[in-house]
Amino acid sequence: MNAPSLPGPLNDNPRLDLWVSFPAPGKVVVNTGRVELGQGVLTAMAQIAADELDVAITRVTVRSGVTDGMPNEGYTAGSQSIQFGGLAMGQACADVRALFIARAAKVLACATDELSVRDGAFYRNGAATGQDYWTLAPAIDLAVNASGLARRKASADLRFVGQSSARSDLPGKIFGDDVFIHDMKLAGMKHARVVRQPNKGASIGTIDEASIRRAAKGAIEFVRSGDFLAIVGDSETAVELAGAASVNHVTWTNIETPTPLQQEANWLLQRPVIDRLLGPPEPSDAQGKQRFEATYSRGYLAHASISPSCGLAQYKDGHLTVWTHCQGVFPLRSALARTLKLDPKAITVHHVQGSGCYGHNGADDAAADAAVIAMQLPGTPIRIRWRREEEFIYEPKSPAMLVKVRALIDSAGKPADWTAEIWSGNHNGRPGGGNALLAGYALPDQEPLPQANEVPEAAGGGATRNADPLYDIASKRIIHHMVTETPVRVSALRGLGAMPNVFALECAIDELAERAAIDPVAYRLSITTDMRARAVIEKVAAMANWQTKVPGGNGAGRGIAFARYKNRAAYSAVVVDLEVDEEIRLRHIWCATDGGLIVNPDGAINQLEGGVIQSASWVLKEQVRLDGGTASIDWDTYPVLKFSEVPPIDIALINPTSSDMPLGVGEATAGPTAAAIGNAVSHALGIRLRDLPLTRERIMAALLQE
Amino acid sequence: MTNVDFSVNGKPVSVAIDNEDTPLLDVLRNELGLMGTRFGCGLEQCGCCMVLIDGAPEKCCAKPVSSIAGKNVTTIEGLGTQDAPHPLQQAFIDEQAGQCGYCLSGILISAKALLAANPSPTRAEIALALDGNICRCGSHNRILRAVEKAAAVMRGA
Ligand code: FES
Ligand code: FES
Repeated sequence: MNAPSLPGPLNDNPRLDLWVSFPAPGKVVVNTGRVELGQGVLTAMAQIAADELDVAITRVTVRSGVTDGMPNEGYTAGSQSIQFGGLAMGQACADVRALFIARAAKVLACATDELSVRDGAFYRNGAATGQDYWTLAPAIDLAVNASGLARRKASADLRFVGQSSARSDLPGKIFGDDVFIHDMKLAGMKHARVVRQPNKGASIGTIDEASIRRAAKGAIEFVRSGDFLAIVGDSETAVELAGAASVNHVTWTNIETPTPLQQEANWLLQRPVIDRLLGPPEPSDAQGKQRFEATYSRGYLAHASISPSCGLAQYKDGHLTVWTHCQGVFPLRSALARTLKLDPKAITVHHVQGSGCYGHNGADDAAADAAVIAMQLPGTPIRIRWRREEEFIYEPKSPAMLVKVRALIDSAGKPADWTAEIWSGNHNGRPGGGNALLAGYALPDQEPLPQANEVPEAAGGGATRNADPLYDIASKRIIHHMVTETPVRVSALRGLGAMPNVFALECAIDELAERAAIDPVAYRLSITTDMRARAVIEKVAAMANWQTKVPGGNGAGRGIAFARYKNRAAYSAVVVDLEVDEEIRLRHIWCATDGGLIVNPDGAINQLEGGVIQSASWVLKEQVRLDGGTASIDWDTYPVLKFSEVPPIDIALINPTSSDMPLGVGEATAGPTAAAIGNAVSHALGIRLRDLPLTRERIMAALLQE
Repeated sequence: MTNVDFSVNGKPVSVAIDNEDTPLLDVLRNELGLMGTRFGCGLEQCGCCMVLIDGAPEKCCAKPVSSIAGKNVTTIEGLGTQDAPHPLQQAFIDEQAGQCGYCLSGILISAKALLAANPSPTRAEIALALDGNICRCGSHNRILRAVEKAAAVMRGA
């Protein structure tokens, strides 16, 4: 018999003892390579494990994010934790349960199908046997590979999966416990701040140490390696003051001074690019059909995590230990090994929770900073916390994107041919992808790094993510121009290219509906045969009472948009009601999502709602400004949505207890929300705005042009 | 070295500092080991560091500790414990109000000050009272619901 294929992360880490152990009577420990980012993943993993092992959820402890003795699942990103990591966890637990059942049958001299498990205890035809996981564990070797043969629980037999489990990580955050990496204290620890190299290639000119020491108002020392300069001291207050002052007391050569022109997406049009065509070539003539063409864009976005990044490190007896809140401890370990010229075996990386990251923020770089300093001060634990301004300036940004949509429209007003032509920087600047850690640019003797590759299509694509419409269109293609040099460092932010692409595509669909004089909901349904897509569109229209839509152009708008994230994760449709005069006021948002089987419904709703709000913030307010450098340096120069600006939001899950495979939901709402807002604004004003963010200035300019 | 005397969560404290401008936040976290009050910006913009000073909600990341001599400071640790949660904390758990949770200490403090001044706030009033607190994860509506719920509990409704 052929062995069944194992779910990805289990295939990469097949040994069962990496996943499950029974360390003490009544206790189960499961390990996941996924890390808690505030998305509730550890709670969901406990639910999955409890069901597959048939133990009470209170017995399950979930460990995560250490490079020793744990599955390597790469990054916790892309809404894949449950869709793939959960699948692996479930199969590993099912295989473990099967091994124990087989062992129990031998011990009890009975057939395996006479046995059942209840809260960890084994029953034979319903009668207690005195055996449980913990009595049997000493005789079972879990240092074996998963077979993938054990059958997973049928959805009707799930007790924990599908329930809204309270998140295990939340109470500590509500009672102000020391749960964040920022709260860690190591004996003898020193605080540090980096005097940041303004850009790759910049070199230190002069250092006015005396002025920096004066500003510190406390003892500090300098640590330097090449153009990497740090300030270290016992007092965090002193190093913070010194760090802030150092900006004015250290000079640099080879400084880049980006201009406001470079912050706009259309600047990308004149840059060197690497081109790709995905799909058939674009037809040169219109084949008697009407042409549609429109250009949509979005500027650079910051992750703007609420807390600046933090990292701790200690180098002792030839071993480097690093604590980080990054999304992938294994890839960080490889990048550290490369940057510091250490054997990966000489490095242990621990994940500790930070504030929400939504992608590749400064976390990896802060960990590297701490490690570089720790290597220079052997034995001393080092804690670095970036300054607020440092996080805004130096975190990798989500690339600006410009998307041209061209379509050929048939006589019924439907698209027959579709082209999405995309200009964008790379969405994959993660250190594991061969990219530099920030400190690496400043350190001496670093190996040159290869040109970074965009996220492959097999992983959902980066700039091309969701550029391919799910609608029934006979001929489609994506033309991708990857811009190789961007004015700011770029990398992954929640959904990668999905938000700008869905914004472009779903606004274009609305423009086509308008040209055809067909209602936007009816238009979408007329070009969609995917039943699950139709179901979310119909559901959200019903939730919002779509047909009560008022005529447009009066300042009140209603818009809809739809996407299936990556065209293979969750389906989401969103309706937005808003008002516009000079500014946009969101009035209500409805969202319907089909994410297959939902492990933790309340947790999923929390994620979906968070995605809606973050996307609304991106669309209404956010763009990184450049002016001689990054000019978005704090919450005044990079404002985000405030409490009083968040509208009521209703979320409906479609068939959450279905037997359909769980689909990632964390990033499903960003695109549809952005486009629904765009469509609602156009409905309200009778003018189409195609460039994000939809700021007051842009709205005023558009109104004046009319 | 100067000494600054004040009280935190009802207990008198005396801290010796070199630099009188040391922010209260640094003293709470690094001298007194009270890590519940978080650093977000150091610029009085985000609300992560909100504490009550003589009952009034204040951002303490840029507030010199010398300026609070003789005053009473309440931090998140002074609200309640897992065994005896404040009604706000219970409501936040009930509503699962938070994602990363980094913003919550400051938000709970702002909410406590609001409910002390206005026991029956409307949702709009709660939102306005929390506008000095940033939540980047988008937990806003759950937080608003939790504050409404706590207000009702505290009114005995
Ligand atoms: S840390 Fe004090 S307001 Fe941001
Ligand atoms: S829950 Fe993460 S910032 Fe509010």
